[in-house]
Amino acid sequence: MTALLQVDGLSMRFGGLVAVDGVSFEVRLGEILGLIGPNGAGKTTVFNCISGFYRPTAGQVRLDGERLDREPGHRIARRGLVRTFQNIRLFENMTVLENLLVAQHDHLDTRLWSGLLATRRYRQRMRTALDNAVSWLETVDLAELADREAGTLSYGQRRRLEIARCMVQQPRLLLLDEPAAGLNPRETAELDALIVALRDKHGVSVLLIEHDMHLVMGVSDRIVVLDQGRVIAAGRPEQIRRDPAVIKAYLGEA
Amino acid sequence: MRARLLDAGAWALLALLLAGPMAGLRLQTEGTGLTLVTQWRPLAVIVVLVFVFRLLQQTALPALTRLALPKPRLSGAGLARHPAVLGLLFAVAVIWPFFASRGAIDLATLALIYVMLGLGLNIVVGLAGLLDLGYVAFYAIGAYGFALLAQHAGIGFWLALPICGILAAISGILLGFPVLRLRGDYLAIVTLGFGEIVYLLLNNLDGLTGGPNGIGGIPKPTLFGLEFARRSADGPTFHEFFGLEFSSSHRVIFLYLLALVLVVITLAVIHRLRTMPVGRAWEALREDEIACRALGLNPTSIKLSAFALGATFAGFAGCFFAARQGFISPESFTFIESAIILVIVILGGMGSQAGIVLAAVFMTLLPELAREFDQYRMLLFGLGMVLMMIWRPQGLLPSRRPRLELRQ
Repeated sequence: MTALLQVDGLSMRFGGLVAVDGVSFEVRLGEILGLIGPNGAGKTTVFNCISGFYRPTAGQVRLDGERLDREPGHRIARRGLVRTFQNIRLFENMTVLENLLVAQHDHLDTRLWSGLLATRRYRQRMRTALDNAVSWLETVDLAELADREAGTLSYGQRRRLEIARCMVQQPRLLLLDEPAAGLNPRETAELDALIVALRDKHGVSVLLIEHDMHLVMGVSDRIVVLDQGRVIAAGRPEQIRRDPAVIKAYLGEA
Repeated sequence: MRARLLDAGAWALLALLLAGPMAGLRLQTEGTGLTLVTQWRPLAVIVVLVFVFRLLQQTALPALTRLALPKPRLSGAGLARHPAVLGLLFAVAVIWPFFASRGAIDLATLALIYVMLGLGLNIVVGLAGLLDLGYVAFYAIGAYGFALLAQHAGIGFWLALPICGILAAISGILLGFPVLRLRGDYLAIVTLGFGEIVYLLLNNLDGLTGGPNGIGGIPKPTLFGLEFARRSADGPTFHEFFGLEFSSSHRVIFLYLLALVLVVITLAVIHRLRTMPVGRAWEALREDEIACRALGLNPTSIKLSAFALGATFAGFAGCFFAARQGFISPESFTFIESAIILVIVILGGMGSQAGIVLAAVFMTLLPELAREFDQYRMLLFGLGMVLMMIWRPQGLLPSRRPRLELRQ
């Protein structure tokens, strides 16, 4: 399998604090990679570096061989790497459908005159974006709520909307930051199925930060474990579960 | 296209036949008898207008009315959902000046200028959520742009109007580039500074702007080249052309109607913008800039577009203001103007178009109605704002966004 995302010697320093220290790993094409570790291990910092919200102090990030680590966040998203947030960030005063349209901004005809005159191209692009939005709403089971304001949705629904909002952009790599946080067991099981379906049916690779061990061990093809900004283990879920360093730092003795 | 031209031609012919006897022939007393005089010009105007109208109705209007896509529909856009009410309001606005006093029409024209300014600033403050305290600078750029173009290049109002809009948009972008990385209070302070800089430049660049003496002799708008004067060196004037008695109220009414047309265009364009990708992007940016970046939206270019479009409408308003006054000086573009426009936006309800129209009318009428309290005006004004913030912080008519909805 070829590497879609390659992270090499990534370091991030905030003043005297080294949050991420020489982290290297890769996400292969069509794989779900779990990123786990205790609180403060630097998982979200790694996410922020990859998605362009932080500029890493050292190291390189490559998507399909192209450098990402000097690009601003919005351009990284356009290259096909999109993310969700630990504390969900929806446009709460906009409807569910509108949230999905904003996400497709770059696929729409955004020129002023096209819009004011409703040219054929403008309407076609809009039509395609709407159809795409509706089909994703059906996939994440939110079609009934298309016209509701996003702020009125339940927690689990918001999580699914945030994932749909990423997926309408047809990304190559999806970064999920603790998607199961705050979900009940049934919702977590649905999320589990959704993530697997995203990879199998929609051909997207996934990098997943998660604390819910059952979920991570269940869906991940491989797992990378961070502790205090360093990679302490990487491998298949059953290897990770038995790794003494991981047990000591994170999983705890059973 | 050929079929449309033919169709419009048929309409024009019909208009010629119908209007011919009414507008083309006039009875004139000559000595003791009556003679028929043919007047070609009014007839020609009518026929051309009908032709152009029909052509536009067939080509441009369908494009403009394709507001919503067939299945998902726009809704919740307040007054825009009631075309009958809107039509009635518009008809009243068109008809009443013919029965009103000159002073009232003048005041209404001023109110319309503020409506336009309020609507423009609303793009920046209400929709994109960027606090701009120097908006009057773009108004000044529009006004001085026209004054200088007329003075040095002899350019008339109609050509100057788009130029002033573009000038203001360019200055919006120039201001925007360095300052849009700032947020909230910091942005407000820098824009405040920009407003002051423009004011000081106008006041001190004596050679160009005439300094505190301002610029006078700015030409009035014309109706397809017809001037509203008693007589003119450049051909017939309005009353001569249409064979009317000269009246100075013609011009006042014309200016009012012109302002009304500009306001209606502004309303329609902004309403449309809100349902376009750029409008949604503004609102998304106001709600969560980080999420926007994660979705591939470029915050800088979206903010710049809001700044530039907001400034454009101020440029139009400034151009019209200069043409109406005939004389402008820096005193019309002080900070207090920026403050009044901002108050209009907040009072009306941020993002709400109908609210802004109401607030602009209110803010221009109030000082006139409360002339006795002239000395306490600012005091009352401040008190009003405080009470408003306590009891109705969402504005007179809170915004209801035009939402895109799926109707299954």
